[in-house]
Amino acid sequence: MKYLLMMNAPGKGPYEIMSWSKQDLEAHMAFMRGLNDKLRKTGELVGGAGLTGPEQAKLVRAGDRGEPITDGVFPEAKEFLAGFWIVDVETPERAYEIAADASMAPGPGGEPLRMSLEVRQVMFDIDPNG
Amino acid sequence: MDSTGRLLRDLTPLVLGALVRRYRDFAACEDAVQEALVAAARQWPASGVPDNPRAWLIRVATRRLTDQIRGDAARRLREQLVVAFVPAEQQIEVAAGANERDDTLDLYFLCCHPALSPSSQIALTLRAVGGLTTAEIARAFLVPEATMAQRLSRAKQTIRDAGSRFEDVDRAAQLARLGHVLRVLYLVFNEGYTASSGDALVRVDLSSEAIRVTRMLARFVPEASEVKALLALMLLTDARRAARTGPSGELIPLDEQDRTRWDRAMIEEGTQLLEHAIATGERGPYALQAAIAALHDEAPSIDATDWPQIVALYSALLEHGDNPMARLGHAIALGMAETPHAGLAALDALASDPRVGSHHRVDAARAHLLERAGELVAAVELYRRAAERATSLPERQYLLLRAARLAGPR
Repeated sequence: MKYLLMMNAPGKGPYEIMSWSKQDLEAHMAFMRGLNDKLRKTGELVGGAGLTGPEQAKLVRAGDRGEPITDGVFPEAKEFLAGFWIVDVETPERAYEIAADASMAPGPGGEPLRMSLEVRQVMFDIDPNG
Repeated sequence: MDSTGRLLRDLTPLVLGALVRRYRDFAACEDAVQEALVAAARQWPASGVPDNPRAWLIRVATRRLTDQIRGDAARRLREQLVVAFVPAEQQIEVAAGANERDDTLDLYFLCCHPALSPSSQIALTLRAVGGLTTAEIARAFLVPEATMAQRLSRAKQTIRDAGSRFEDVDRAAQLARLGHVLRVLYLVFNEGYTASSGDALVRVDLSSEAIRVTRMLARFVPEASEVKALLALMLLTDARRAARTGPSGELIPLDEQDRTRWDRAMIEEGTQLLEHAIATGERGPYALQAAIAALHDEAPSIDATDWPQIVALYSALLEHGDNPMARLGHAIALGMAETPHAGLAALDALASDPRVGSHHRVDAARAHLLERAGELVAAVELYRRAAERATSLPERQYLLLRAARLAGPR
């Protein structure tokens, strides 16, 4: 079973992380690297990405002639998708466990951030090879 | 798949089984065999297939193994070889000829070792017994190759920790292990059967691989009737494959399938196997499920199906263990054999089962029976509720379409 783990950061403007101290940033990044390594070693990591912040996001929809219309200002949201993992695991419980693990990523002063992660089962894979 | 590729797949377990028997270290043997297979795939198309392809592979794999193993293991290996004064490939060749059946069977057992997680058992079986490459297995499950490689290497590590060798087990233990193997093969088949959509030409076809590997197992243990029964179940189910999906991969339910597209040769073979299995063994879960599949395959239409017999077979299946999916099948068959409301009553009883009560298939089954009873408004609502909770896209689309068709134009 594949699951998408979406990590939400508090919304409204740039990521808070931009204002963290070097030490806090390094601890956070080391934690995330470690988590990715763990998932790689268990053979559960299918993919994932970290995303740029809300201030750089665009909303896109098709115009009358199908042309892209971009909206420069992202609407205010309480939370914003900061990054995601796709994991292939035996049970939903395992996906929750990984999500909880990610939620423990340290923030300022090394305190766990306890960011919320939305966990969704993947219903259909799009095969990049067609 | 070309003929060399097919030959190599079939030879993989025979070569690997012989090596593991002799040298014990499963992980190292597996690596060595993979290298030998790569060499063969490169050389044989140009130079021709050697007279004894298995001996060729064993020779090359043994050479790779001696190159690979260092330290204690290498010393031990050298000692064994020196003591015998016979070249390794000759020793092993004699042993392989004598123990081919046992070696290959033990390989199945090792790959389906209870210490492994189901997904690892599946991956390892496809690779070591099925002879598929890591890339092919990764593609079949749509995960990156590195992910599958890591899963395989962890599985091999687990096997190493668990003893990593063929053990002498008595016949009773062997039969118990055979049960594990059959479960894994059944899972591989189901994975292919439920995920079969689109480009079957390029993707490794898991259902066909499961059938091939089960067929090989049946050849090695002709006395095991459950193996025949499982093979029969696979064939009798897979026979409907062409009629099961539409041009864009959409699901076509049993009642709407074009039965002329069912594979008669597969049905014939499956039916014969099932008869053998029942004649020589007890009616285990696989035989009962195969018998249900056979009744569907024989029927000219959904209404001309022998539903009372199917109800009886599901009842017998439930005696083997209280499986919620068997209870679901039983309830549906009851709705078809008697009245839709008899089926609905059975489904109501099932709804209180926490294992399955909220499963979308219970609602889908209820919707079907309500539709047959002519209660269309209630049917539409349940089709939609089932669609909300379906976990596969073709299934969800099918349920939504069914609801939309009943609801009519707005």
